[in-house]
Amino acid sequence: MLLVEAWQFVAAHPERFFGALYTHVALSAAALGLAIAIAFPVGVLLADKRRLALAAITAANIGRTLPSLAVLALVMPVLGTGFVPALFALTLLALPPILINTCTAMQQVDADIVDAARGMGMTRVQIVREVELPVALPVIFAGIRTAAVQVVSGAVLAAYIGGGGLGDFITSGIAMMALPQLLVGAIPATLLALGTDRVFGYLQKVLTPAGMRAR
Amino acid sequence: MIEIRGLVKQFPGAAHPAVDHLTLMIPEGEVCVLIGPSGCGKTTTMRIINRMIEPDAGSVLVAGRDVTQVDAVDLRRGIGYVIQQVGLFPHWSIADNIATVPKLLGWNDARIAARVDELLALVGMEPAMFRSRFPRELSGGQKQRIGVARALAADPPVMLMDEPFGAIDPITRARLQDEFLRILRSLKKTIVFVTHDIDEAIKMGDRIAILRDGVLVQYATPMTILAGPADPFVESFVGTDRALKRLALIRADAALEPLGPVAPAHAIAAQASLRDALARMFETGADTLAVTGSNGEVLGLVTLAGIRANTRSDDATNHCQSPYCL
Repeated sequence: MLLVEAWQFVAAHPERFFGALYTHVALSAAALGLAIAIAFPVGVLLADKRRLALAAITAANIGRTLPSLAVLALVMPVLGTGFVPALFALTLLALPPILINTCTAMQQVDADIVDAARGMGMTRVQIVREVELPVALPVIFAGIRTAAVQVVSGAVLAAYIGGGGLGDFITSGIAMMALPQLLVGAIPATLLALGTDRVFGYLQKVLTPAGMRAR
Repeated sequence: MIEIRGLVKQFPGAAHPAVDHLTLMIPEGEVCVLIGPSGCGKTTTMRIINRMIEPDAGSVLVAGRDVTQVDAVDLRRGIGYVIQQVGLFPHWSIADNIATVPKLLGWNDARIAARVDELLALVGMEPAMFRSRFPRELSGGQKQRIGVARALAADPPVMLMDEPFGAIDPITRARLQDEFLRILRSLKKTIVFVTHDIDEAIKMGDRIAILRDGVLVQYATPMTILAGPADPFVESFVGTDRALKRLALIRADAALEPLGPVAPAHAIAAQASLRDALARMFETGADTLAVTGSNGEVLGLVTLAGIRANTRSDDATNHCQSPYCL
């Protein structure tokens, strides 16, 4: 019954629904893209420097414990409301898992492999590009997958600071005690998060070099 | 040829130098084994040769060139490198692993593919069966065969091997040692071979350099070291059974005596060692064995007295101690 009403709501306001869905996906994709662009190179560069890497990982771990809503709430007084503050908050949310996984994955590449590569005359850049990155890739991508799911679910909360997205239906649904409207936000947001996990899980499998796939 | 002159390396915080004024000359085409207890500086010395470690003082000349005057990356591409843990790249096929250095040197694909197959065959692995496999699909012994093939890929005149067979079970290790010696006979490489296993050193080395606390204690052929250890440290290092180890290095036909009127009841092949001959004597109770050639013809005799004469070390005690006096 509720589902039918929720469907009727979507049918009555298609542009509102698809607009929110679009904002939701765009916000998530942009935040994830930004986070990868920042955390991946930083993680690769820091992996070499034991002390800095440890500091960064510790900081990232603290960042990870902050509840998503708290991050959004902390951003609002500084950046105000709207898409950009929401993007900023979600990017912050996505940084720690990518940074932590990139750093540790690069550090955990077998020292003997790196020694052999160096001893055969690979340059530092060749070692990173041809050996360390491909070997570390599955773990790095696991971090990206975690971040992606976190961002897609976290984006629901963007509505609280006027960032738009599917969260709009949830907040207004709660405010007006309109359950069907709440479901219009909640069901697609859930499916989106589950779908993201599946898609990135598949990508992770594909990106794992053939010689390293679990048999 | 590799020439090491006055090499010194001290690691920060270490009580004594890892390598302490080491001077050593390794003739072209020979296998030089660096051996000693852990911390004696053998691996450090080896790693200075291809500049994985930079020395504090002294120099290393490979084929007359001071290694510190050459670009480290170019230097390493010209020196084969094998380590105990092999370090195969898990994300690359066996063929790609073997092709590492040729690819770095920019060989074309056809030349690389031909070379990969040639090397797989050389280390006794069927090319069609193994070239597209991945390292995790291989046994420890197979991995190390690939490790050796990879080091040989660009046909470097010099190879560095750090305990290459150390992590392999004794039976496979013996087989790999034999195969490697067979490969070396056809290839003529100058090899620096690090081990802590004296039996391996005696088997593999044309010369053995015994190190202790970074100092060269003795540098000589296995035979000379077994016959006349330079000091009590070397003596205890080579073991109380050094007489037997020596016998293992001498072929039966090298101690040949003329055939007497009575043919012995038991025989041994000419290429067997005197240690094998001794074992055979204990086994059969005979103190004289016939030595037979490859077609079973009797070449002569070995006697217990003859073997005993070969275990006496007094004839070899006047050997020279200088590393340049071989």
